[in-house]
Amino acid sequence: MSDRIAIGRAATVDPMFRTYLTRELKNRRRQTLIVAVGMALAIALVIVVNSVAGGVKAAQASALASVYGVGTDITVTKAATTSSSGTQQFTFGAGAGSTTGGTRTFNSAQLRTARGVTTFAATAVTKIASTSGVQAATGVLGLESTTFSGQTPNSGSSSAPQTRPTAGTGTSGGPSSFGIDSTTVLGYDVAASTAVGPLSSTALTSGRMLTAADAGKDVAVLDSDYATSASKKVGSTVTIDAKTFSVVGIVKSTSASGASASNLYIPLDTAQKLSGDTGKVTSVFVQATSAAQIGAVQTALEKSLGSPMTVNTQASLASTVTGSVSTAASLAQSLGLWLSVLVLAAAFLLAVLFTVSGVTRRTREFGTLKAIGWTNRRVVGQVAGESVVQGLLGGAIGVALGLAAIAVVNVIHPTLTASAATATAGPGGPGGPAGVARAATSAASIALSLPVTASVLGLAVALAILGGLVAGAFGGWRATRLRPAAALRSVA
Amino acid sequence: MYQLTNIGKTYKQGSRIVTALKDVDLTIEDGDHVAIQGQTGGGKSTLLQLLGALDRPSTGSILLDGKDLARMRDAELGRVRATRIGFVFQGFNLIPTLTAQENVETALAPLGIAATDRRRRAAEALAAVGLDTRASHLPSELSGGQQQRVAIARALVKDPSVLLADEPTGALDEDTRNDIIELLERIRDERGITLVVVTHDSWVARRAKRRLQLRAGVLTERPVATVPVG
Ligand SMILES: Nc1ncnc2c1ncn2[C@@H]1O[C@H](COP(=O)(O)OP(=O)(O)OP(=O)(O)O)[C@@H](O)[C@H]1O
Ligand SMILES: [Mg+2]
Repeated sequence: MSDRIAIGRAATVDPMFRTYLTRELKNRRRQTLIVAVGMALAIALVIVVNSVAGGVKAAQASALASVYGVGTDITVTKAATTSSSGTQQFTFGAGAGSTTGGTRTFNSAQLRTARGVTTFAATAVTKIASTSGVQAATGVLGLESTTFSGQTPNSGSSSAPQTRPTAGTGTSGGPSSFGIDSTTVLGYDVAASTAVGPLSSTALTSGRMLTAADAGKDVAVLDSDYATSASKKVGSTVTIDAKTFSVVGIVKSTSASGASASNLYIPLDTAQKLSGDTGKVTSVFVQATSAAQIGAVQTALEKSLGSPMTVNTQASLASTVTGSVSTAASLAQSLGLWLSVLVLAAAFLLAVLFTVSGVTRRTREFGTLKAIGWTNRRVVGQVAGESVVQGLLGGAIGVALGLAAIAVVNVIHPTLTASAATATAGPGGPGGPAGVARAATSAASIALSLPVTASVLGLAVALAILGGLVAGAFGGWRATRLRPAAALRSVA
Repeated sequence: MYQLTNIGKTYKQGSRIVTALKDVDLTIEDGDHVAIQGQTGGGKSTLLQLLGALDRPSTGSILLDGKDLARMRDAELGRVRATRIGFVFQGFNLIPTLTAQENVETALAPLGIAATDRRRRAAEALAAVGLDTRASHLPSELSGGQQQRVAIARALVKDPSVLLADEPTGALDEDTRNDIIELLERIRDERGITLVVVTHDSWVARRAKRRLQLRAGVLTERPVATVPVG
C-alpha cells in the first residue's frame, strides 16, 4: 500500500466518489436546486444576451449594407452648415395651377440636395482616389425631388404666396387638401465601377444598368420597391423637376432590409445639371485596399481634406443607424452585458455561500473521513465535485432555458425598424414637415432572428464549470482547514 | 506497540493556555486491552487523539512500532490512520447519505483497493459484526447499537493493529452496551488487536486488562484486578 498505488487509483474515477456525490446532492435537493436554478438563470441570460447582440448586429449590418453598399469602407461627406438646412418653402404664383369652378388646383415641384446635406467640389474624388491605401472611390450627388400638389377654395388673395403647409399630407382645414410627395434621386458616375457605392448592394431585376454611354442623358434606373409603388417599369417615363426621364432598368436591394439607397438612379452629370450643382457631389464612397488599411486611410483623408469634411468608417456608420435596431443594439450591449455580469456574480456568490455553509455543517462528517485516513485531496475533490456537478446541472438547465427563449423569439420573429441616414440625406436635418424628413432616410423593417453559435454554448458550459469550481475552491479550502480531531469534538 | 515518553499537550484558547496532558509516560503492548477513565475535561479524548495520529503532542515522543508520530507530517499521519488505526466514536459518526455497506467501504477508499475487492471485504466485515442483512440500510434506518456495529465494521475492515474507541457505549442502553463490549472483546481475541477504550462506565472499564486514570492531564494506573468481572 504505497503512496504510488493510492495516487494511481485516485486518478481513475472511484465509484465511491460518484455514489457519495449523487447521494449528497439528492439528499439536499432543495439547496442543490436553488444553486442550480441561480446558475441556470445566469447562464440563460448570457446565452440570450449574446444571441440578441449577434442578431441585432446582423440586422444593423444589413441596414448599413443597403444604404452604403457592401463594398464601402469609408464615406466622405461635408458637414452641414446651418444655412443649408433652412426651412423649406414652396411658392405658388398665380400662374401655377388652374382654376375650375370655385377650386384652384396647383402643383409645384422642387429639386434640391436633401435637407442637412452640403455639396462639395467633385475634385475631391480624384484626390481621395489617389490617396495611398484606397482601392476605389466614387462620388455621388444625392437629391430630393419634392412635389407639392393640392386644392384650395379659390377665394381672396390667390396671388399671395402660401408658405409651409402645416400638415405633411392630407387636408388641413376647410375644403383645402395638400399632398407632398418626396422622391430621392441619386446621381452617380456611370463610367465608374458600381463595386463601391450604394449600387454595390443591388441586383438588376429587369432592363439594364446605366453605362458610360448614358452620361448626360435623361435616363434612369429605379429601385424596385419604388417602381412597384409608382407603377413604373422598364420603358416607362418618370418626371424629375419637369424633365422627362426614360426608365431603362430596375434594381432590387440584395440586403435583407428591403429598399435600396435611393428611389431613382441617374447619371451624375445629368443630376448636376438638373439641380445646378455642376462639378459638385454630396458624398464620396471609398473602398480600402484591405480592412487593415481602413484606419490609416481615414486618418490620411481627414488630414488631407480638412475640417469641414467628415470621414466616416463602417464602425462609425453603425452609429448612424437609428430606430429600434439601434435601441436593441445598445440594450444588448450595455444593459444586457451588465445584467448578465450582475446575475452571474450573484449566482456564483450563491453557490459559494451554500457550499461553504454546507461544508461547515458537515464538519463532523469530513472530520470523520479524515480520521479514518481520507486525504485532504480526496475530501476537497468530493466537495468540489459536488459543486461542479451542481454548476453543470445549472448549466444544462440554463442552456435549455436560453435555447427555449431564443426559439420563442425566432418563432415570433419580431421586426425591428432600421433607419440609416441615406447617401442623399445627412443625419436628419432639423425642422421641416415630418413626412419630408422621414423620406430622407431609408427606413426598413428587419425581422430579428437570433443566432445560436457553438461558441456561446461553449461559453455557457465553461461558465457553469467555472461557477462550480469557484464554489468548490472556497468549500474545499474550508474543508482542508478542518482538523480530523473535529470528528471527536463536535457531537451531533 | 506504543511508547509514550514525557507527553505534554497544551491548547491555546484565545489568550489562555489549557494544559490537557502533563508528563504522560505510557507503554501499551500489542494485544493489550486498556480502559481510560477520569473526570470530564481530564484529557481522555486528547490522549486518544494522540494515540490515533489525529494530532501531535506539544512535547515528548509517541512511538508506534518505533516510529515517532510526534515528528510526522500531516500526510504521513493520514497514512498511519488509513492503514493502522481503527476509530470508534461515541456518536457513531456514520455518513448519513451512505448505506451501511458504503460506510464500511469509505475506510478502504484511501487504500487503493479495487472496487470489487472493496465490496467483498466490506460485506465480510458487516457479517463479522452480525449485520450482513442490513448492508443496504441507511444509518437513519438502523438502531443505535446497529449503527455502532457498522462503525466497528468500518474500523475493522482495513485490518488495523489498533482499535481506539471514545466512549463507544456512551449513547447506548445497558443490553446494547454489553453486546458491543462483547463484540469488541471477541474481535480483540480473534485478531490480537490492541484495544483502547475511553469510558465513564466502570462496568466497561472493569472488562479491560489495564485501567488508566486521567485527572487534570495527569495519568495514573490502577493495580489490576486479577480476574475481570464477567
Ligand atoms: N481543540 C481544543 N482547543 C482548546 N481546548 C481544548 C481543545 N480540545 C480539548 N481542550 C481542552 O483540553 C482539556 C481536555 O479535554 P478532553 O476533551 O481531552 O477531555 P475529556 O477527558 O475527553 O473530557 P470528556 O470526558 O468531557 O470527554 C479540556 O479542558 C478541554 O477544554
Ligand atoms: Mg472526551
